Amino acid sequence: MEKKTLFDKIWDAHVVRSVPNGPDVFFIDKHFIHEVTSPVAFLNLEKRGIGVMYPDRTIATPDHNVPTVDQDKTIKDKLSRMQVEKLRDNCKKHGIELHDLGSAHHGIVHVIGPELGVTQPGMTIVCGDSHTSTHGAFGAIAFGIGTSEVEMVLATQCIMQVKPKKMRITVDGELGKGVTSKDIILYIISKISAAGATGYFVEYAGSAITNLSMEARMTICNMSIEMGARGGLIAPDQTTYAYLKGKRYAPQGEAWEQAVAHWESLKTDDGAEFDLEYHYDAADIEPMITYGTNPGMGIKVKDRIPNADLLEGSNKTSFLKSLEYMGFAPDEPIKGKKVDYVFVGSCTNGRIEDIRAVAGFVKGKKKAANITAWIVPGSREVEKLAHEEGLVKILEEAGFELRQPGCSACLAMNDDKIPAGKYAVSTSNRNFEGRQGPGARTLLASPLTVAAVAVTGVIADPREVF
Amino acid sequence: MPYDKFNTLTSTVVPLPAENVDTDQIIPARFLKATEREGFGDNLFRDWRYDVEGNPKPDFVLNNPTYSGKILLAGKNFGSGSSREHAVWALYDYGFRCVVSSFFADIFKNNCLNIGVLPVTVSAGFAQQLFDAVEADPSTEITVDIAQQTITLNSTGASETFDINAYKKENMQNGFDDIDYLLNIQEEIREFEMKG
Ligand code: SF4
Repeated sequence: MEKKTLFDKIWDAHVVRSVPNGPDVFFIDKHFIHEVTSPVAFLNLEKRGIGVMYPDRTIATPDHNVPTVDQDKTIKDKLSRMQVEKLRDNCKKHGIELHDLGSAHHGIVHVIGPELGVTQPGMTIVCGDSHTSTHGAFGAIAFGIGTSEVEMVLATQCIMQVKPKKMRITVDGELGKGVTSKDIILYIISKISAAGATGYFVEYAGSAITNLSMEARMTICNMSIEMGARGGLIAPDQTTYAYLKGKRYAPQGEAWEQAVAHWESLKTDDGAEFDLEYHYDAADIEPMITYGTNPGMGIKVKDRIPNADLLEGSNKTSFLKSLEYMGFAPDEPIKGKKVDYVFVGSCTNGRIEDIRAVAGFVKGKKKAANITAWIVPGSREVEKLAHEEGLVKILEEAGFELRQPGCSACLAMNDDKIPAGKYAVSTSNRNFEGRQGPGARTLLASPLTVAAVAVTGVIADPREVF
Repeated sequence: MPYDKFNTLTSTVVPLPAENVDTDQIIPARFLKATEREGFGDNLFRDWRYDVEGNPKPDFVLNNPTYSGKILLAGKNFGSGSSREHAVWALYDYGFRCVVSSFFADIFKNNCLNIGVLPVTVSAGFAQQLFDAVEADPSTEITVDIAQQTITLNSTGASETFDINAYKKENMQNGFDDIDYLLNIQEEIREFEMKG
């Protein structure tokens, strides 16, 4: 029998037909939409005079541009308000389930999908957002699409895709103390580079991956796009099933047993071939931080910023331009640099486990005076748990400001912007120029490192602080 | 949405050698708040093009009258990051019909093909030749021929072929998008869905 990877198994089961010398017509099980990348898709449907083919395969939530204060009031920003209202209208008109602001399951689209149990092994999932790769943690093929494709999915539940190449990244061994899944993925991206996985779909494997919780696996798959990969996935196992069991949209009773039996088959066959493989040892991974303006520019917190002499030509120009933006010099230590903001949140690290980690570390301490500390839960559910578990109290006592759920300072479409020239150590996923506000300087790190920075006021290694 | 057919394009070139240009640079998030697909060209490369007061930055290439044209010649790994199709809308709206680079990010490339901007991937060596030629003479013209799948530097005749899959090629030549194709096979999709 032909040996298949997990990715092949799911992909092949979703091909409606293959266009000769062209793409596959690829069937989509679940489609998430949000207010920013969907309005034009709906508008085009209207222009064509067509409707939504399977409204119950799409789920909506407003997350990208929403304010993180006073969510019960009318949105002040006119354009944001219009986008959110459009989403409401479109959902109502086409019968699409909407998790609106203030409702029990409102939140960042990639946080609520798993929470609701919508995301399941073996599925194909898309959304007009590149971090849709997050859902791959459940053993699903999940990736971001453009607005034209959002329109296609609404109209026909399919998109046309050329099957990507396959890569496997295996991380074996035990993670050290103070090292998290965010450090694993920042480490991998620093090795492979911000473009190194372009054209590939990644499977993550190895004991350091399978030992992770679902939340931690989501952090890894989430950032697959930051090395250029279309997405990343992890084979489902007992951890996956335990997370899903009892969730609102998870199969129940007999259907659950059948589903698990099927999910058990979703594994890469022994001997199946990948186009490219990488292996890493968990023992080599330590707390990581980025120093430049793409996520591939990461180093260990204890290390120095790389020396430019090793680079040549356009690589060197880009590197120096990036450091200039950040206000750093080559070959200097990053530890001890002064920071102005910390941000805990986003679809990368805005889940309950992340908030627990930060609260656990800052308990009984105070943030440094020079730090503004924002914590933005990924969803209402996360917010609720954080209150119930007493984490909010701990964080507020430490001087953190808790805001309401949304994408917030991850992309700064709302008012949560880092001022020009200021340094923010952030649990989010992108350190591009201006990502967190025009002129803002972003350093990406794990929630633990962010907690260490909040308390010391400077870039710090969490293992040395607590 | 239907777009203009693409067959051959001969144009001067706007060079942007920066590498890893992500879609947040092409169009910053704060300009994504529209509910219609119009006017994005005004904010193309907004933060590189204008200062905080909204004055044009003279050293940015789009503000340099020496360079103009329908072809953007970009550095490697162009269009990484966010999947926002607005980035391509902004390029199209500004007047670009073709982007040439030695390396494109995946989603960006798909988005281009879906709205009628042709992404042309060339070798790193050829990209450098093009940059050098345009720098030496800003009136340099390039011809992109989709039927032949060639890109040619008119002044020297230096030429390279590029890849595009047959289906996408036909779409570009006819101004079709994928949705037309999909709408035609809805019955087949319905049967597929029923099989569960
Ligand atoms: S949290 Fe950030 S990365 Fe995630 S969906 Fe929102 S904007 Fe995108």
